[in-house]
Amino acid sequence: MQKLQLLQNQFNPTSDDIFFHIVQAPPDPIFGIANAYKADTSSTKIDLGVGAYRTDEEKPYVFEIIKKLEKEIVNDPTLNKEYLPIEGLADFNKGCQKLMFGQNSPLIASGQIVTAQCLGGTGALRVGFEFVKRHIPGDVYVSKPTWSNHNQVIERAGLNQFEYPYFEPKTKGFNCAGTIECLSQARMGSIVLLHVCAHNPTGVDPTEAEWLQIADVCKKRRLVPFFDCAYQGFASGCIEKDVFAVRKFAELGFQMIVAQSFSKNMGLYNERVGAIHIVTSNKDISARVLSNLKIVIRTICSNPPAIGARIAAKILTDEKNFNAWVEELKTVTGRIIKMRTLLKQELDNLKVPGNWDHITRQTGFFTFTGLTPEQCDLLTKQYHVYLLRSGRMSMAGITSKNVRYLAESIKAVVQNK
Amino acid sequence: MIFHKIIRNIVIIYSKNIIIYNLMTKFGNNIIIIRKFVIINVDINLYQFMQQANQLNSSQQHIFSHLTQAPPDQIFGIMNAYKADTSDKKIDLGVGAYRTDEEKPYVFDVVKKIEQEIINDNTLNKEYLPIEGLPDFNKGCQMLLFGKDNPLIESGRIVTAQCLGGTGALRVGFDFVKRHLVGDVYVSNPTWSNHNQILDRTGLNQVNYPYYDPNTKGFNCSATLDCLSQAKQGSIVLLHVCAHNPTGVDPTETEWLQIADVCKARNLIPFFDCAYQGFASGCIEKDAFAVRKFAELGFQMIVAYSFSKNMGLYNERVGALHIVTPNKEISAIVLSNLKIVIRTLYSCPPAIGGRIASRILCNEKYFKEWIEELNTVTGRIIRMRTLLKNELDKLNVQGNWDHITKQTGFFTFTGLTPEQCDKLTQEHHIYLLRSGRMSMAGITSKNVSQLAEAIKIVVQNECDILLNN
Repeated sequence: MQKLQLLQNQFNPTSDDIFFHIVQAPPDPIFGIANAYKADTSSTKIDLGVGAYRTDEEKPYVFEIIKKLEKEIVNDPTLNKEYLPIEGLADFNKGCQKLMFGQNSPLIASGQIVTAQCLGGTGALRVGFEFVKRHIPGDVYVSKPTWSNHNQVIERAGLNQFEYPYFEPKTKGFNCAGTIECLSQARMGSIVLLHVCAHNPTGVDPTEAEWLQIADVCKKRRLVPFFDCAYQGFASGCIEKDVFAVRKFAELGFQMIVAQSFSKNMGLYNERVGAIHIVTSNKDISARVLSNLKIVIRTICSNPPAIGARIAAKILTDEKNFNAWVEELKTVTGRIIKMRTLLKQELDNLKVPGNWDHITRQTGFFTFTGLTPEQCDLLTKQYHVYLLRSGRMSMAGITSKNVRYLAESIKAVVQNK
Repeated sequence: MIFHKIIRNIVIIYSKNIIIYNLMTKFGNNIIIIRKFVIINVDINLYQFMQQANQLNSSQQHIFSHLTQAPPDQIFGIMNAYKADTSDKKIDLGVGAYRTDEEKPYVFDVVKKIEQEIINDNTLNKEYLPIEGLPDFNKGCQMLLFGKDNPLIESGRIVTAQCLGGTGALRVGFDFVKRHLVGDVYVSNPTWSNHNQILDRTGLNQVNYPYYDPNTKGFNCSATLDCLSQAKQGSIVLLHVCAHNPTGVDPTETEWLQIADVCKARNLIPFFDCAYQGFASGCIEKDAFAVRKFAELGFQMIVAYSFSKNMGLYNERVGALHIVTPNKEISAIVLSNLKIVIRTLYSCPPAIGGRIASRILCNEKYFKEWIEELNTVTGRIIRMRTLLKNELDKLNVQGNWDHITKQTGFFTFTGLTPEQCDKLTQEHHIYLLRSGRMSMAGITSKNVSQLAEAIKIVVQNECDILLNN
């Protein structure tokens, strides 16, 4: 019916009408909030919307190691602006594999991992799902809830999506039984979108035992795991521990897809640095997979941007740079964890009604506060605290200076029943 | 025969058009094919259905085993072959990337200068750009393409988004078209090879219009107009703004008016691809004639723009998509939908390239420096055209080589056959596309005579063979 409408409008004799039928699309839920925050003139405003790290002075943060390497690269006369290969920088790709699968993963040596540099996490997801649509199409199971852009990306890639009940509002934890049950009824060959760690937006992750259960049901139903890894380092504070799920599934012999982002853990947000990994059964199949993956990429952007990957490659392949990066990352993740503790303390001090244990139990950038959309609206409109209407709050935006005001505002909206 | 069990259904896919489906079983120790299905003219949905069936029937171990090797990208494939060639006489005339007279890649001095500024600018950080990119960059792009004082800019009738080079702009544009407009896309025959692929991947139907006339080695105006005048109303027409890739032949101003006429008559939507502003005539205003004329004639249209070549920003992926609408209310609506197309491809564009380009476009001093360097670059390419023609004339190479200097931009459609091109590559280590497309940017004062001699030989061989038969 919509197509008919489009046709009718387009064939209107006056050329004035070719866009006439297009309807205003809603603003992006996350960028929309960032814009609203920017426009707000209040001096007490707090930005807990977008998942971008802030210092204790509420300032954006560029890693020192990044600044140093950037200068090195720009001053390097041997570098030029020639197109990168379609699949990106070889060094970068190798470095990503090691970081994700482990320095000595046999999968790397055996050529079973196909890797391509992508445009941040979103770029990797879209490339991955376009590849899925073209070559291993099936329904995609996404967690309920999940990052809002997941649903959009999957829809635009032309795939069907189903939800598995990930979050249990009563316990504010991971609904393992519900998830397993749902996936055990999935059609064979379906794809399952799993967050590697620091689940966005809930902050709750499966335990190691629960991951094994998920792996079991995936084996039984021949489901294809599609991991999204945007927060390696932010969940436990340890980069190896955080990718337990990927490494375990790899060890269990799964073929799978992994989307990896360096936006947060290297603070490279606007240079769009990420990677897609496809784990195959052998290097001959890898070659065929890569040849097809390259066409997916060639028809989206031809080849990826250079500087971000050059910076990341220098970190991933040089021990000194790597150690410097891990240290700075610990400072960043440490501050977020400290803010969780601080907020919980303030809420306890103020005797805010409700159980707030989840603030310190959940991990990563976000907390799923449990606040209702109406309470969130009130927080924003009356107290100038910006967060998602789902109740998702970015802990990275909390500081030692604004945490008390935040706790007081939460108390006010919770009691405002 | 007793069939024990069906162990595997294997779908062997020869091409998208033919599928041979083998139903196999195990009999004793032998595997026999009990049924063979041949399906011809398979459409993409059936292809995917078969793949899914294959997937479901095999164990998890084989989820990718049905994939067949995809052919290497035409253009990057040649680049890789050139890299692998160990001959010291090799010449790279494949990819459209500029080379100096020393056969070296070239980074614009003004770009290097601005990059240093940006790196040392403490007010800048790595925060996400807006989905549609840097506002300064977008404004600068509009002024460069449509003209500084174009009323369309003031009136808010141009929706612009920063994109990932030319390819990125094309993909965003065509995804938008697929989602919000209905129609076939008319592409020139021939066109840049990636155009066809991108259209295929966005799920749009493509129809060729006969752009190139091999007899005149020029633009086939009447046939193009004829074809477009029979296009379904509301179809989209992909037009190269200047320095047509791969042919190097462009419509004259009069011919552009004729194209505009038929677009008006059939309500066709122009979709311009502009990757070489500055390289056709050497003058950036003149090169944008078609876009500015169509805008003046009141068209709503789409323009994909690349700075890869004219700012030498290749690997930072800098480009833009423009959509011209009737008024700023519709612009707002169009932008809101365009943002979702971008958000679901890569969220937001990379910063550094946009920042560099923005400083060039918005700062008079840098702009002038850029234009001067661009003139040097385009001037060298034009000089190489003249040089090659002179050499071919000097050597009395068979055939008419006027088109070498008549065509414009990076490329020349030499008229060499695929077999002649193969000979050039295999016997003379000269790399070009099998279509006969030669990148003039790879020619230097040092290699031009060698090139001319090699052309003479491969063309001569052909003639000798013809004569001897």
